[in-house]
Amino acid sequence: MAKQGDWVRIHRVILPAEARTANLPDDTRKVPFEMWVKGRLLEDGEIGDEVRIKTVSGREEHGTLIEVNPQFDVNFGSFVPEVLEMDVRLRTALFGKEAE
Amino acid sequence: MKDLSYSAVMGRKNEIIKDAMGVDYRRYEREGIIFDYEAMMADCGYSLEDHIRIQRSVNVGNTPVFELHNLTALARKLAAPGKGARIFIKDEASNPAGSFKERRAAASVYHAKKLGYKGVIAATSGNYGAAVASQAAMQGLKCIIVQECYDSHAKGQPEIIEKARKCEALGAEVLQLSVGPELFYQVLLLLEETGYFNASLYSAFGVSGIETLGWELGHQFMEKYGRHPDAVVCANAGGGNLTGTARGLIKAGCPAKVIGAAVDLTGLHMASDEAFNRKSFTTAHTGFGVPYATNPDHSDVPRSAARPLRYMDRFVTVKEGEVFYITEAVATLEGMEKGPAGNTSLTAAFALAQQMDQDEIIVAQETEYTGAGKGINPQLSFARSNGIELKFGDPDEEVAGRNIVFPADPSLLKARDLDMDELRRKFIRRAVKGLDRTLSDAELAFLAEETRSTVDFVKATLR
Repeated sequence: MAKQGDWVRIHRVILPAEARTANLPDDTRKVPFEMWVKGRLLEDGEIGDEVRIKTVSGREEHGTLIEVNPQFDVNFGSFVPEVLEMDVRLRTALFGKEAE
Repeated sequence: MKDLSYSAVMGRKNEIIKDAMGVDYRRYEREGIIFDYEAMMADCGYSLEDHIRIQRSVNVGNTPVFELHNLTALARKLAAPGKGARIFIKDEASNPAGSFKERRAAASVYHAKKLGYKGVIAATSGNYGAAVASQAAMQGLKCIIVQECYDSHAKGQPEIIEKARKCEALGAEVLQLSVGPELFYQVLLLLEETGYFNASLYSAFGVSGIETLGWELGHQFMEKYGRHPDAVVCANAGGGNLTGTARGLIKAGCPAKVIGAAVDLTGLHMASDEAFNRKSFTTAHTGFGVPYATNPDHSDVPRSAARPLRYMDRFVTVKEGEVFYITEAVATLEGMEKGPAGNTSLTAAFALAQQMDQDEIIVAQETEYTGAGKGINPQLSFARSNGIELKFGDPDEEVAGRNIVFPADPSLLKARDLDMDELRRKFIRRAVKGLDRTLSDAELAFLAEETRSTVDFVKATLR
């Protein structure tokens, strides 16, 4: 249960697929136009409930509650061996074999 | 109660934009297809001196230029005898939010505040969002950034999510959307709902704010090296970066050639849900660079201040694998970690330097910040997880959305010229589309000016 005042993330379909603009590639036309935004809950709610929130700019938004205390999970990715290989090739190209 | 349907809101577009910018674009329309570009630029009310003053007051600009000695040495090893210009960058990453885009944001936010708007809204998935958020924080306005961020599986580009994190860190509300041009509809809805200022990337305030970059380049090289640079390379997407920089160079009396550069994403549809996460560059690519050069007026303002064909001497493309390779070269040979997209112009400069004499100077006029999600490793890791093949080879064999080819040897890295006359012809044909009459002399002259060509060229195109 998320409480009023909790920091949450909501999701809402702005335009269902059939209401989208005509000028779209086929793959995009088949899917809805969606929105995600964060704010403080204006009422108690469970994940999956329709809720209202207040965003940091002070706007009221509504949508489906999908996350409480949302966090960013961007990171530096998994190891990419080609990046290391680029280093070796670049240093060799500039400084010669002794760079290895 | 206003009608909030798609067609009703789009129908109110001009009225909404007028209220959200305080600019009536009809003032610049002239006879037929003509509009008065310089009047629009002058009317924004900020001279170059004003922009310099505003930017200094909010810690923007006056960024250093660095000579890249090792990249220059490597270019000379690959070039013919006597060839290999000195390569420089302008370290725009040292702006408060990490990119040149703050030059664009500073005056927009300043102007919004002066006119009494309580907040600003910008539609951007790129560095401009962080720039507007930073300026809004500094100047005490509210800020909403609208991003195209996710595909229909709610999978987001790591670079764009990092930008959302940064915007939130700087106090902005971030509204994230799935793929599609209806983003503009959402922005119009928000402008109407909040009464905030539209900090468009394409306004005269924004584009003229970049003139300081070109102006600084002109002066910095004279002061430090006693001469002007011979070529300045600008990443070219929406066209504002190149337009503003070129105008600033002209104002500084700098005769450098102005070269646009974009990452070649030929074949990927920019509004495609499936293609969205198959690209590793979300800006500075041909998917924006070409259509905005040949049809600048399809942005979020009726008349764009970004008109790159007026200023561009050449427009070259580079491959995704080449930009990642140069990003790694900047780290391992120059000791600086920078964001990949910000190295698009440097990648072109590395190839172009090899065509120039050793006593010449070429400048890549930007760098950008890097971090989690927005860097060579996270972006390549993401590409691989989406089934993109990563390999060494000849970058000419790279197919956007299928593979990323790193040069097996630095000699394979190239800058590939787009046909400028073909771009000009596209622009001219687009400008007269649906027009069932012959053009007046003034209209022909206008198109020649818009495309930096001649009346004869325009006539030959229309024949």
